[in-house]
Amino acid sequence: MVEHATVATDAVVTLDVALPGIVWGWMITLNMWAKSIGTGVVLIGVYLLKKYGDRAATVKTLMPVISFIFLNIFLLFTLLDLHQPFRMWHIFFYPHWTSAITVGAWLATIFTGIIFVMAAGKILKRIDEEQYNKLMWAAFVFAIPVTLYTATIMGESAARELWQTPTELIQMALAAFIGGSATYLLLGIGDQNIKRDLAIVLGVSATLSFIVYMGEYYFGAMKAEEVAATIAFVKEGGSYHTMFWLGQSMGYIIPVILVIFGLRNKSNSMLALASILALAGLWIAKHVWLVIPQLLNLS
Amino acid sequence: MKLGFLVDLALCMGCKGCEVSCKVENEVPISMWRLRVKYVDVGTFPETKRTFTPLRCNHCENAPCERICPVSALHYLENGIVNVDRERCIGCAGCVMACPYGAIYIDPETNTADKCTYCAHRVAGGMMPACVVACPVEANIFGDLDDPTSNISKYIMQHQGNVKVRKPEKNTHPKHFYTGGGEVNLNPLASKREDGYNLFNNITHLKHVGGH
Ligand code: SF4
Ligand code: SF4
Repeated sequence: MVEHATVATDAVVTLDVALPGIVWGWMITLNMWAKSIGTGVVLIGVYLLKKYGDRAATVKTLMPVISFIFLNIFLLFTLLDLHQPFRMWHIFFYPHWTSAITVGAWLATIFTGIIFVMAAGKILKRIDEEQYNKLMWAAFVFAIPVTLYTATIMGESAARELWQTPTELIQMALAAFIGGSATYLLLGIGDQNIKRDLAIVLGVSATLSFIVYMGEYYFGAMKAEEVAATIAFVKEGGSYHTMFWLGQSMGYIIPVILVIFGLRNKSNSMLALASILALAGLWIAKHVWLVIPQLLNLS
Repeated sequence: MKLGFLVDLALCMGCKGCEVSCKVENEVPISMWRLRVKYVDVGTFPETKRTFTPLRCNHCENAPCERICPVSALHYLENGIVNVDRERCIGCAGCVMACPYGAIYIDPETNTADKCTYCAHRVAGGMMPACVVACPVEANIFGDLDDPTSNISKYIMQHQGNVKVRKPEKNTHPKHFYTGGGEVNLNPLASKREDGYNLFNNITHLKHVGGH
């Protein structure tokens, strides 16, 4: 049984084809990042409007306008990432409903439509309070699955053991809270109470997101051989080690510290800096997580 | 009818005849592969051994590629083949993310997904897949798994206990079997792979036309 005794340690690939490389790259990262902001500003915006009413009045116009801009960035890069972008219409004429890509595309299209009507209605002053409120609640309801569906695409990506739907669902929701709160903080919306709420949402979401990543980083390897091999790319010596920690520091660790000091000192500039770092770090953290499972040899 | 494949790894001698015939039959572009034979060397000198493993799409009964395809470009044929409709495909690469065996590629000439189809066009005309015909030692056995008198069914019966599939834990129910193989043949993580040191590893990929 020489063969079996040596298999585990001395097996080397001596002739094979090249690995396919990264297929879902920065455009998909940008897609997820922009979607987090586009849906996050709605989720957080509705909360602000409900809690603070007229004190958050500027949100009424800003919410659909910012959301519309980022949803269009998200849709544009979704389209550009297709190898056959002019066939996008197939998704609507030949939908395959077991695919989270199909469900997501439909939901995102309806959501963008609602947001467009809200934004246009507000800018052109062609919408009354009652109509706005109805659309706002519809947008709020749609924003939830639109935020989350990418996690189910990742779950359906059966080749990428690292991406598990339950964990990714949490990360997508937290990314939306980070995206929404950081955007409003950067825009300097509302009084000190509103800013405090936004800073708390940002700080808590960043902390939770960091904890989930650390859970994967330190314990993920116990789940499966493939996860261990994937996580090795971000561990010490791995090709994405530096980028991973850059994302974690910029996206989560430093913003949380800045939020704590910003709240204590009532410093809006600290909160704004935390927001910029959180948005930039979110992109990096998401990108690393997207790319590393694609470095693995699957066969 | 449920068409399946079985490779007897004890017979395969790594000649790559199947690989070349597949390329020619299906006009697979440069730098892309539907079927390849992977060499893995096992052991420490002088107790070494070279293993050969032909790898292609498994035509899974529970295929993640079919499930994730948003437009049903990947679809099941009645004979069990998982086929690709290039005209329907939008090139989202969801299937590339989903196939646990890395069996799908985006064709740089058509900008659509492609993979082994068990030579569905030949099968429809009553012929064997090109790789089966090319194999000089008949290591590739192809046939109807539902028919107990087919070669493949008999082979599976005769080799009970020694018939394996790749990554059974993925719950894909492959219709592609192997006999005479072990972990190094079927588990890509059981061998070290240092890119850039192997023949064909340092090749230039074709730029996609259109798209990106
Ligand atoms: S091996 Fe991959 S491409 Fe082939 S049917 Fe299974 S999941 Fe699809
Ligand atoms: S690349 Fe084509 S075949 Fe693959 S999932 Fe997308 S539409 Fe379907």
